[in-house]
Amino acid sequence: MELEPLKLEIEAAVPGCRLEIIPNLGPSAQHSLLVDPEHGLAVAFYLRDAAEFDFCTNVTGVDWPPRELTEKIKIKQIVEGVEKDVDQIRKVQIPGYLEAVYHLYSIERRLGPLPLRMRTADRDSCTHLPSLTTVWRSAEFQEREVYDLYGIYFDGHPDLRRLLMWDSFVDYPMRRDYVEPDDYEYEPTAHDQVLARAKEHASKAGAL
Amino acid sequence: MDENLKAELSKQGIFATTLQELYNWGRKSSLWPLNFGLACCAIEMIATTMARYDLARFGAEVFRPSPRQADLMIVAGTVTKKMAPQVVRLYNQMPEPKYVISMGACAISGGPFKQGYNVLKGIDRFIPVDIYIPGCPPRPEALIDAFIALQKKIDAQVLTGEARPRHLNEAIPGEYVVPDFGAHDIEPTHNPGVWQPPSLVQITPAPQAGTDGTRTP
Amino acid sequence: MSTTYAPVSEPITGSAPVTGRPAPRPATPVLSGPDLPEQYLELSMGPQHPSTHGVFRMNVVLDGEQVVKLKPVFGYLHRNHEKIAESESYLGNMPYTDRLDYICSITNNWAYALAVEKLGSIEVPERAEYIRVITGELTRLQNHACLLGFLLQDMGASGTPLMYAFREREKVLDLFESLTGARMMCNYLRFGGCRVDLPPGWLNRAKAFLADFPRFLDEFERLLVGNEILMERTQGVGVLSRELAISAAISGPMARASGLNYDIRKADGYSIYNRFSFRVPLGSHGDVYDRYMIRFLEMRESVKILDQAMRDIPDGPIQNPAVKARLFRPKPGEAYGRIESPKGELGFYLISDGSGIPYRYRVRPPSLINLTVLEDLCLGHNVADVIAVLGSVDIVMGEVDR
Repeated sequence: MELEPLKLEIEAAVPGCRLEIIPNLGPSAQHSLLVDPEHGLAVAFYLRDAAEFDFCTNVTGVDWPPRELTEKIKIKQIVEGVEKDVDQIRKVQIPGYLEAVYHLYSIERRLGPLPLRMRTADRDSCTHLPSLTTVWRSAEFQEREVYDLYGIYFDGHPDLRRLLMWDSFVDYPMRRDYVEPDDYEYEPTAHDQVLARAKEHASKAGAL
Repeated sequence: MDENLKAELSKQGIFATTLQELYNWGRKSSLWPLNFGLACCAIEMIATTMARYDLARFGAEVFRPSPRQADLMIVAGTVTKKMAPQVVRLYNQMPEPKYVISMGACAISGGPFKQGYNVLKGIDRFIPVDIYIPGCPPRPEALIDAFIALQKKIDAQVLTGEARPRHLNEAIPGEYVVPDFGAHDIEPTHNPGVWQPPSLVQITPAPQAGTDGTRTP
Repeated sequence: MSTTYAPVSEPITGSAPVTGRPAPRPATPVLSGPDLPEQYLELSMGPQHPSTHGVFRMNVVLDGEQVVKLKPVFGYLHRNHEKIAESESYLGNMPYTDRLDYICSITNNWAYALAVEKLGSIEVPERAEYIRVITGELTRLQNHACLLGFLLQDMGASGTPLMYAFREREKVLDLFESLTGARMMCNYLRFGGCRVDLPPGWLNRAKAFLADFPRFLDEFERLLVGNEILMERTQGVGVLSRELAISAAISGPMARASGLNYDIRKADGYSIYNRFSFRVPLGSHGDVYDRYMIRFLEMRESVKILDQAMRDIPDGPIQNPAVKARLFRPKPGEAYGRIESPKGELGFYLISDGSGIPYRYRVRPPSLINLTVLEDLCLGHNVADVIAVLGSVDIVMGEVDR
């Protein structure tokens, strides 16, 4: 599905929005549209009403912890008096963020899937995104689940509370840095890593 | 009582038995399970009650929806930490004598989902279990086998003395503590009176052949 | 345990609705806890309940017998499938997919295999596609049969329809057991094909089963279609409008009963479905009766597809030889693959970072999405109707909670 014309249409219809096409590196060629959170709601209304993407089947969250990208670039350097292309390793730090992905289909126009993405500013304090429940009703429970498991607050959601875990649970389990409670029973024949973990568990529990 | 005498008497139409046998026979032949399926094993449990693997032949005719009227709880499926308090509450609500069959790998020890943060690693952490059925899911025949094993266990109950079952022994409580929802996990994570984690001892190596007169390995 | 929930205090509004958009969700009044007016009764149905299809809980507020508010509570079977999948290899996740919608294990495998095949651009040989269609449609038959049995059991027809339905299901499970080794958790599909080929004589047995199946459908229809009690209890109950179905992304027989002509087998044309001629039944009222009848019609269409597939199945390999399933390392990228499972649209969203373990593994559960509108369907009806509506939505908690 060609995203460039759609991107131009949206930019014309919703002034001020910042859109970016995220290419899908794999062979499935499902490229995504990244929209900034401030204009997320307006873009979503445009997509539903004018572009006829009325079927939002999947709403999910993804956790991208801060990561480091190493890339090899060629720069020109003077080596022994001759200008040459030298390979240099450049490390780029990408700060972490949480992401909400909406998969959109158009029933009438038989198009899809169009992944629509919105990213939070970071993973700690600015984890708010606009809720698209007023646009697509299917987002109601799924955004609650993303809130439950990732911790993204959806502003404007009619009933934002935990869906799968109990209400007094405080962690966000699907995040990559979640450490689950250690309540395993370690068998008497543990060995290698499991034995190390079992001894640590036992010293904490005070029983051996 | 002498078996031959019993056989002779029964040929004459006189049925001699003990109170214990009659009591146990009545209990084991009319075990009414609680209508309680959690996950995939529940479908196999339903299949066991259907026409092909009829569980009703063994006395489990009516699956009671209310725990107050049931005496067997077949925990079929994964017990999650969110569901654990409800399972224990249901168990507490069942009147004595009550039995628990832990059906499937998930109810025994967490099963394939053992790594889960929301999975209780075995329902025997909170309530006493009588029969365990391994399998994922166990076949209906396995559930019938477990049912028969439970019936044999009930048949072997001795009603008086030290080894009497829990419901005739006031010293042993029939209700167990219901866990609460904590911030990260349920509290307590297990009931120490019911289940203790296995102790971490190293396995001692097997004795060498011929050194102490024992048989060769 | 906490049972408080934030009540809806004002209706949802959006931009000016164009004709054909669903009306905003009705504002249910503030009702909970000590503020509850005297005539209302707050009731918790579940999680242990004879007819809630597993561990499902609904907090309903009743005015007499009428439902004034209904909030479903999920999570009692949340088994952390997605988290576990992010630490297992791609192939290692296949048995877990069986346990999602545990009544239809092969279609779950299929959706996952399809998503991975999209992710890795893997071709599937002809014979494997035909086998997938055959086993998938057999799964659909036994799922719909079970659903009809469960729905009638919930409505009080204490056991007999369920017995008949399970009789058919046992025949299908026998076929699956001789093919895959397991009755329920088949773990049969692989990326680029199937695990084992059809044993000799399997197709004949399947054809024999299929020749007998319409008789079961006729018997069921004869007993139940004109049944007064069924019609009284299900017609006009739980009406789902087409616009709400689109907005809430309802899929599967529930959406088609409301007149939405969207069958992923026709819309996406995945696998080899465009070779088979079959119709897509549509309902006109969107009530429980329509959802019930549409499954009958879908079973008849599935029988047609099965006839054609079993007639045309070619010989050949069942596995793409280029795929190394155990060391499967797709290129970095993402893919969303979906199929028409018996419950609705079952999709898998996979993000790969180039290693043998998925970075993000998401299951798009049709049962959970179809439950989005449960409150809308049940408002104003009696408590007994809630059970009928819930039965017609066709949920399986393994999929809702994952």
